[in-house]
Amino acid sequence: MLIMDKAQDVVAPPADTVPAAAVPADAQRLASDTVGDVTAKDAVICVRGGNVFYGDTHALINVSLDIGRNEVIALIGPSGCGKSTFLRCLNRMNDTIESARVKGDFRLDGQDMYARDTDVVMLRARVGMVFQKPNPFPKSIYENVAYGARIHGLAANRAELDDIVYGSLERAGLVDEVKDRLDDPGTGLSGGQQQRLCIARTIAVNPEVILMDEPCSALDPIATARIEDLIDELSEKYAIAIVTHSMQQAARVSNRTAYFHLGRIIEVGPTDKIFTNPAHKLTEDYVTGRFG
Amino acid sequence: MRANDGDDDRARRQLSPEETRRRVDASLRRRYRSEQLFRLYGLGSVCLGVVFLLVLFGTIIGSGYSAFRQGFVRLDVHFDADLIDPDGGRDLDVLSAADYSLLVKAALRELVPEVASRAEKRELNGLVSSGAVFELRDTVMADAQILGQTRSLWLPLSGDVDLWIKARSAGKSGEDMGGKLSANQRAWLERLQADDRIELRFNRTFFTSGDSREPELAGIWGATKGSFFMLLVTLLLSFPLGVAAAIYLEEFARRSWWVDIVEVNINNLAAVPSIVFGLLGLAVFINFFGLPRSAPLVGGLVLTLMTLPVVIIASRAAIKAVPPSVREAALGIGASQMQMVFHHVLPLALPGMLTGAIIGMARALGESAPLLMIGMVAFIVDVPGGPMSPSTALPVQIYLWADSPERAFVARTSAAIMVLLAFLLVMNASAVWLRSRFERRW
Repeated sequence: MLIMDKAQDVVAPPADTVPAAAVPADAQRLASDTVGDVTAKDAVICVRGGNVFYGDTHALINVSLDIGRNEVIALIGPSGCGKSTFLRCLNRMNDTIESARVKGDFRLDGQDMYARDTDVVMLRARVGMVFQKPNPFPKSIYENVAYGARIHGLAANRAELDDIVYGSLERAGLVDEVKDRLDDPGTGLSGGQQQRLCIARTIAVNPEVILMDEPCSALDPIATARIEDLIDELSEKYAIAIVTHSMQQAARVSNRTAYFHLGRIIEVGPTDKIFTNPAHKLTEDYVTGRFG
Repeated sequence: MRANDGDDDRARRQLSPEETRRRVDASLRRRYRSEQLFRLYGLGSVCLGVVFLLVLFGTIIGSGYSAFRQGFVRLDVHFDADLIDPDGGRDLDVLSAADYSLLVKAALRELVPEVASRAEKRELNGLVSSGAVFELRDTVMADAQILGQTRSLWLPLSGDVDLWIKARSAGKSGEDMGGKLSANQRAWLERLQADDRIELRFNRTFFTSGDSREPELAGIWGATKGSFFMLLVTLLLSFPLGVAAAIYLEEFARRSWWVDIVEVNINNLAAVPSIVFGLLGLAVFINFFGLPRSAPLVGGLVLTLMTLPVVIIASRAAIKAVPPSVREAALGIGASQMQMVFHHVLPLALPGMLTGAIIGMARALGESAPLLMIGMVAFIVDVPGGPMSPSTALPVQIYLWADSPERAFVARTSAAIMVLLAFLLVMNASAVWLRSRFERRW
């Protein structure tokens, strides 16, 4: 209970005050390797000493990071550095991988995500996810957006469901393009439209956090720009964590940036500081394009 | 030494552009030749397959089509009330117990009055099928008013006569086909034919009755219904069970040694000889559970055991083929495991599952070995009324007829094979239709 009270404070506890029970001793030492401030004002997600193993591979090593309300945090780093793995821990999508084991303290609003009594369905309703490849259901556009609201029982009747669908499409900036063909298959849209449909599908459930795993990597520059504008608008209502390979994108859309390297978070800080004045050598090498 | 001058050598060994083109040209010719050969092999094997198929269909249809027609003789039957119902009470029991063969004999005698000796009479009476009697009885039972009147009726000829007539109408001498007919019989038949009293008509009996020792009375309907009930039981059990097992193993079961054992066993079961399933069915369903012998229900249960592994393996493959992105999308917005499976994975996997079920059912339809073990090989005349009544199945019926000594069964065996193939065609066509209905258009 003590932990929960603390996490609900306006300012989350810094990494080194996390109770020793949750994190092994050497993990604390390693976690403090992260340069910069891992905490956020008004944190909604709070990770301390997170470790992920895929079989014998240690994919994520003692990471600690907060995600604040109404902030966009970019997770950058070279391929295989664990940023997607970290993202997938935040709504327990790693549960679907049988060899994956997650250790550490992951909290959503102070509640332990991996506790025995935490309902994973509820967690995923609160922490939505947009994937790298647009993956609309092979159903109509309307059904794609309505599905989440329907399974969670968010709408009492058809009119309410219509409101949710139109509202979500509106916020995803898609409603003008599809309002005359809601019964057409969602897979018949263009790549950029499909990705915005997936975003509409995610926000139809009204989550608190949206995780985006390289949402623009399969899109052309124009569609990418539209998604980035959308992220800007959405950040007023949601906390957004976005994994991206494009440093320009990270610079454009995020308030804070975390740099991952070989399973560790090397540096966290305000985006402009990371890109203009990184504190760690590895971060500097990466953002200046010397490797990665 | 080699390491030293290696670089120079390599530089010198670089191919000149002309040499490169020459070599590519040579390899190109080789590639085209092998491609052409491969196409030729492919075409050859397809042609070979088509030829075999044509030969198969040709022989089956060639020897079987004649069974769809049956020789009939027109007799002027006098329904003698004194012979059938001497009391005049028109009591149904009396009517059904009467000796109708007397009517047939009398009608034949009228046409061939010169017959005198007992042997000749027997020869004459042998022309008409013993089934004619039942037809007369049914006519009288349906309408007793007919008693006392004379009617001109078409009655079936016996199997050997039938063969002789078919051979003659096909332009053959009839001698070789009618080896079992005496000279007298042939003379009478020729006379009847000249009188236009003999005709080949559509063989309704073949499609409406059960098995019989007399070829001209034997029908395929009993076996067809038996197969139908059996496959119904098999489909109703194996499809839901197989799909449920596949879903559980693929989506819910966590990897463990126990699941591995189940998996290995399912794969092995698919390869077990079918007769072993028959023995299992005999031991478990009949001897232990006490279900009736020769019942389509038991046959269906045995075939379910046989079909189940095929359905499970095909269904698992279909589930595996559903892209993971669909699962992630569903889970990502908070669908439970169950909702993900039933809303998204199952609809996408259903066509593949149906394909597996079609293959399994087609195999079950053609299976006879396990049915021998559970008594479906018995000689059963009645058309089964349901899955619990004794019955036989189409492939078993084919086996039984192929084994019969009467020559008229040769054509009927081929005709039964045609019915089996038609059954298979109807079954597969309906499954394909079902699948196309379930298949998403996007």
